[in-house]
Amino acid sequence: MNPRRKKRFIMTSGILGGVAIATALVLYALSQNIDLFYTPTEIIDGKGSEQVRPEVGQRIRVGGLVVPGSVRREGSGLTVSFNLIDTGPAEIIVDFEGILPDLFREGQGIVAQGVLIEPNRLLASEVLARHDEEYMPPALAEALKGIEHVPPSQWSDDDYRNNDKDDDNESGGGYDR
Amino acid sequence: MWQWLHPYAKPEATFHLVQKLLPWFLIPGLILSAVALVWGLAIAPQDYQQGESYRIIFVHVPAAMWSMGFYVAMAIAGLLALVWQIRTAELALLAIAPVGAVLTFISLFTGALWGQPMWGTWWVWDARLTAQLILLFLYLGVMALYIAFEDERAGAKAASILALVGVINIPIIHYSVYWWNTLHQQSTVTRAITRLEAPSIAPEMLYPLLVSIVAMMLVSAVLVMKRLNNEILRREIHRPWALTYLGIPVVQRNEE
Repeated sequence: MNPRRKKRFIMTSGILGGVAIATALVLYALSQNIDLFYTPTEIIDGKGSEQVRPEVGQRIRVGGLVVPGSVRREGSGLTVSFNLIDTGPAEIIVDFEGILPDLFREGQGIVAQGVLIEPNRLLASEVLARHDEEYMPPALAEALKGIEHVPPSQWSDDDYRNNDKDDDNESGGGYDR
Repeated sequence: MWQWLHPYAKPEATFHLVQKLLPWFLIPGLILSAVALVWGLAIAPQDYQQGESYRIIFVHVPAAMWSMGFYVAMAIAGLLALVWQIRTAELALLAIAPVGAVLTFISLFTGALWGQPMWGTWWVWDARLTAQLILLFLYLGVMALYIAFEDERAGAKAASILALVGVINIPIIHYSVYWWNTLHQQSTVTRAITRLEAPSIAPEMLYPLLVSIVAMMLVSAVLVMKRLNNEILRREIHRPWALTYLGIPVVQRNEE
């Protein structure tokens, strides 16, 4: 490489390297804020090395898996509540009035946005479904994972009223029923 | 080692090479696009939870992949233009930018169409979606900078610097879904390639997806090559070789 090209090459790599380091530092500093949601464990136990917990009344997003058997419909309206879990044992109860996305089901990943009304309870204004990177035909999914997906709009009454019996138990947790 | 590349610094040589390569991209590109669309949209089975809606993957994933791939190509052209000051590289940068911008737009647009029925929202400010939006702005910025200067070479230089610096965004887009928690799921194609024994997509869906990825690359490359050659021809229109190519008789002007 002739000296002039070499100089230009070093200059260009210098600029690129400098900006790369600056970007890396910014992203590192902001890394917790770039997360889209809190996991239930982070809400209960605190997030990061400083154990920051969101406060009651704060507007946050929670992301986790819908605990099987925890979906409860209140009355005949669109009000629904369910529990979210990540690695456990922490669970967050989500109350929501509205239409659930088609991908909603027990065991599905969900991101709920709303206000934290109790340390472990979220009044959601929006519920989004998160899906994983898995794609397969229905027959394979049933054989492999035992999942038969039924969108909430096609749920029969029995599907969710089964969970309605002990509605007074609001501490959540669907495993031991 | 790179000696064989040197002749292509001359626009004329590049023009003829591209002209020679064009059919090898165009014909397979068209055939594979047709195959991918029919295979993906009609033959592949539906998904167990997303039903027919998942089929937008056959447009969304290739567009998103090549929006990044063409950006890297553009950044390399930028480096060649900056360091070696090759004119053809500047033209290549200008040829790639709008094609890449359109790919980025397609990925964002199809992503929104996919997100609404599946996630329940058109848009969310998570790391993946935001980084991809920044990619669109980078492409638009490169195009705008190029034409913003009175002196075209100065514009090309500024655009090259932006293209090169913006390449930092590419790993951020790719790793955003691994570094942070996002609404966007992780990469199906990456997992199919890196963990061959446990892919997360059924083979009858994966194969049309791979075909559509190759098809999108070929078709986009054809657009870039056509743009590049048009640009070369436009700039060299007064040269004898261009006139010969266009079939215009070269008039020898002796008295002047």
